[in-house]
Parts: sequence; C-alpha cells; structure tokens
Amino acid sequence: MIRADHELIAQGIRLESRVLDLGCGDGQLLAHLQRTRRATGYGIEIVPERVVAALRQGIQVLQVNLESGLSGFAAGSFDTVILSQTLQAMRNTEEILREMLRVGREGIVTFPNFGYWKHRWQVLNGMMPKSPDMPYEWYDTPNVHLCTLQDFEALCARMGVQVIERRVMNPAGRVVHTLPNLLGSLAYYRIRSAV
Amino acid sequence: MTTEDKETRSVGTVFPQVVRFAEPLTLASGVMLHDYQLVYETYGTLNAHKSNAILICHALSGSHHVAGHYAEDPRAVGWWDNMVGPGKPLDTERFFVVGVNNLGGCHGSTGPSSVNPATGRPYGSHFPFVTVEDWVKTQARLADHLGIDCFAAVMGGSLGGMQALQWSISYPHRLRHALVIAAAPSLSAQNIGFNEVARQAITTDPDFHGGDFYAHGVVPERGLRLARMLGHITYLSDDAMMAKFGRELLGGAPHFSLEVEFEIESYLRYQGKKFSERFDANTYLIMTKALDYFDPARQTGGNLAAALAGVTAQYLVLSFTTDWRFSPARSQEIVQGLLANRVPVSYAEIESNQGHDAFLMENHDYFSVMSAYLERVAQECAP
Repeated sequence: MIRADHELIAQGIRLESRVLDLGCGDGQLLAHLQRTRRATGYGIEIVPERVVAALRQGIQVLQVNLESGLSGFAAGSFDTVILSQTLQAMRNTEEILREMLRVGREGIVTFPNFGYWKHRWQVLNGMMPKSPDMPYEWYDTPNVHLCTLQDFEALCARMGVQVIERRVMNPAGRVVHTLPNLLGSLAYYRIRSAV
Repeated sequence: MTTEDKETRSVGTVFPQVVRFAEPLTLASGVMLHDYQLVYETYGTLNAHKSNAILICHALSGSHHVAGHYAEDPRAVGWWDNMVGPGKPLDTERFFVVGVNNLGGCHGSTGPSSVNPATGRPYGSHFPFVTVEDWVKTQARLADHLGIDCFAAVMGGSLGGMQALQWSISYPHRLRHALVIAAAPSLSAQNIGFNEVARQAITTDPDFHGGDFYAHGVVPERGLRLARMLGHITYLSDDAMMAKFGRELLGGAPHFSLEVEFEIESYLRYQGKKFSERFDANTYLIMTKALDYFDPARQTGGNLAAALAGVTAQYLVLSFTTDWRFSPARSQEIVQGLLANRVPVSYAEIESNQGHDAFLMENHDYFSVMSAYLERVAQECAP
C-alpha cells in the first residue's frame, strides 16, 4: 500500500532520475520510485532499525546525520532531492533546504500543514494538535519546526527559493484547491533555487 | 553437520585444504615467487551456476579458519564463527563461503616460516614483502582453482575490508558486492606509527636474528608479546577497556612492585603470550607492512574517487562509533569516493563501545545490517 504523499512525490519524478531521499525511513518511497520511475540514488536515514528496513527494501541507504549537512555529495549530483515529512523534525531548517538545492537540481518537500483546520481547532480548544500526520504528544514529538503553508512560502521567498509546484492534500488523500492552508493537512512543494 | 551443530548454528567440523600454484607470481615489489601454496576452507555448497560464492578476507592475525571447528581440536573455533554458519547473517545454507590464509601467513599458506625450495631452509628474512594487491591476485587464482568466475561478494573487516575494496578495483567483474567493514582507504600516520612500534619490538628482540631465528631454534617472543599488547590497546576503546578491566588493584592496595596489579596488565600479558606462541614474527612484520602500503589512491595522485573510477560492484561499508584505529570518518572517505562515482553503496555506522574489535563481536544492529544486506545478495544468487 503506497502512502498518498508517496504517490504524489512519484508523479514529480521524471523517469530514470537520480534521487536522494533525505530521512528515507523504511525505504518504501525510494523502492517505489525505483520500481515505477526506474530511479536510482540513495536514501539517508539515521535510525538503525530504519536503516535495516531500508536495506531490506533493496534500496541503497546511508546512515548519516542530516543535521551535519550533505557535504559528501557534489553540487548538482541529483535530479531531485526529497525531504518527505522530515522538514518539521529538522533543527537546521534553512541549512537543509540550501543543501538540498545545492546537491539537487530540484527539491521536493512534504510536511504536515500546521494550519489545517483540525489542528487550529485543537489549539483553540487549548490542546496541542494531534493527527495521523502528527501523531505525537507535545512532550515526545520529534517535530521541532512545524509550519503552515504560508510560513513555508515566506521562508522560501526570504531564501530565494522558487516554488515550481504546490499541491495540498486532505487526510483522504484528495487534492485541495480551495483554502488550502485551512483545508489541507499535507503540503507538497517542488522547489528550486531562483537564479 | 550433526544435530548439535544445527542447534548451535555451527558449520560443524571443517577441514583445511591446500592448493599449490606452480605458475610464477610477480609481486608488487617486483620479486617473483615461482611456487607457492594457499590453505583455505570452504563451508556450504557451491550452486550449479557457481553464483553463490563469498570470499572472506582475514585481518592482521586471522586465518582461513573462519567458522566451525576441527575434529581433532573442538576448541579451535573459527575467528568469525558468530557471523558465518547455518542461519547466521552469512548463511552457509545459502552461500558457499571461502576462507583463505593470505600469502606470507603462518597458518599453512606459503610464508616466511615455510621452507624455501631454493635453499631447503625457511625463507625467514628472504621472504618477499607482499601487498594487498598481491593477496587479491593470489585469491583470484584460488577462485580460478575453485571454478568461481564471479563472487557474489567479497568481504572482510579491517585489513580484510581493504582486500574487499582492492578486489573491486583489481577485478571489478569478478565480484558483485564488496562488504568493507571497519576499514580505511589507507592508514593514517598514527596507524603507521603504531605498526612501526610493533615492528621495532620484534626486530630489536635479540631472538629475532634479522628474521632468521628459525635456524637458531628460538622465537622473538618478547617482541611478539609487546607488539600484540600494543595492538590490543588500539583495538579497544577507552570506555570498553575501563568497563572490562577497571582499575581495581589486586589485593586492594598497591604492592609497590612490577608484578601484575591491574586487571588490564594481566589481560595484555596473557594476550601477548598466547599470540607469541602461535604467530610468526616475520608474518607479523609482513602483514603490518602490507597495511602501511595499502593506498589505492597513490596511483591517482591521492584522489580516491579517481582510483575507484572503474569499479562496478555494489558496496556495503560499515564502521563502528568507537573505532579509533579505523574511525568512521575513514570509512566515510571510502563512501565519498564511491558516491563521486555514482556507485550503489550503503553505509551504516554501528553504535558500539567495543572499538576496532567490534567487527568481530556480536551486536544486534551490526548483525541486522549484515543479515539484511546479505539477504539481498542471496536473492540475486537464486538461479
């Protein structure tokens, strides 16, 4: 069973692309891209159990700490660098976005939209939001930099990052066109450096 | 395999085999060996397509005896028995595993303690220096002898990992995977320094006799002991050593003597003694020199990526967090050289407090990674 955001990401990957998947988890996305897009490349993952799971998926995985950058990769060595539901758990947000667009010609970023109405509703009710995309308690969450669509786009503008494509989905996996920052739970951005 | 072997997941009783090569071999030093033999062991069954063979290269003090035990000496268990066996990460029910004692060794392959046919006496100081490239060349001849065109994988830890890396450079089409564990693309000056102290300990032992001690009926035991003691310190991490030995005084108070008072002293003396009784001093010198010389990037002006330009294997590179002899940073150099060539490579940095020795120890994360990777290798072997 392919996650809805994985399918969305796969649509943004051209055939036979070279792909780097940052925070590749159990490697399902990259395995999917290898099968359906004949993509090649690597996943990066820090958690030992996930590294093992990724190896079992048949992908190449590198156990490297993303927070220390991507210095092992030459500029422009990938067609697409993917940061799938990992941005919100990164400490050094700007650095990883810069690094993505250094080593890749394009970046794909997906993250849970903190501005989704159910999240806002929970905050209004006095509680930190929890949802399928953000299933953690406030005290044990790995998410340190949650943001809304507006927040992310403001950061892109400030960093000179160009948004090529934006898609927003609701929890049912359907694309949201109206009031995306309110009705969308998951954001997908295809980005590149604005020259 | 007996029922008991199955329960212990051991390959059971094994026996070494010897192959003699009469075809001359020109070594990297320019010296020609006219005739030599290699001793090896195999476990498991070579499949009809001969596609499931894995070569295991040994480190400084290892041998061809990788797994199982000998009928005449059940306590002589192979050095990587925890990794290799039925149902183990390197599953001998799926793979045909070859362990070989390197040229220059002292476990049955031609080495300094072997009789030189030209003189009728042990080679001793006349045994030529050998390099990692030379070893790989002789291992390829062994593969020819066994009818193996292409290994499913070549693997090893430490100096063994260097051989796996060299295999992928020397014979890119004769292996599908290289598993390079706790290795480095070359030794650091510090590493060469440790080796030199070990060599000096041996060569300055009065019983060394310039390497020709065999004729004198003696062994430079003191030198070998010191060399091994020093080695052991560098194979362990500070934390592991402290956890294992602590600094309790025997008897609780200082004796103000040079006798053994701390546990670590006792351990190092014991390890040194044991080693000096079984290992050849000249082999130790040759092996450490091979380590020092290893540097595939020498031919490419120090550019490792260029040295790896022709490789076609897939790689698993592993390092251990507290290994300071061949630190994770050195393994990462290998990974970066491979990434620059867009080669399929996976890398894991295993959490361990065991230092360099960790590659020989059972460790959940380590064995899980090995199992997962070797599962992939096994699936490709299916005829």
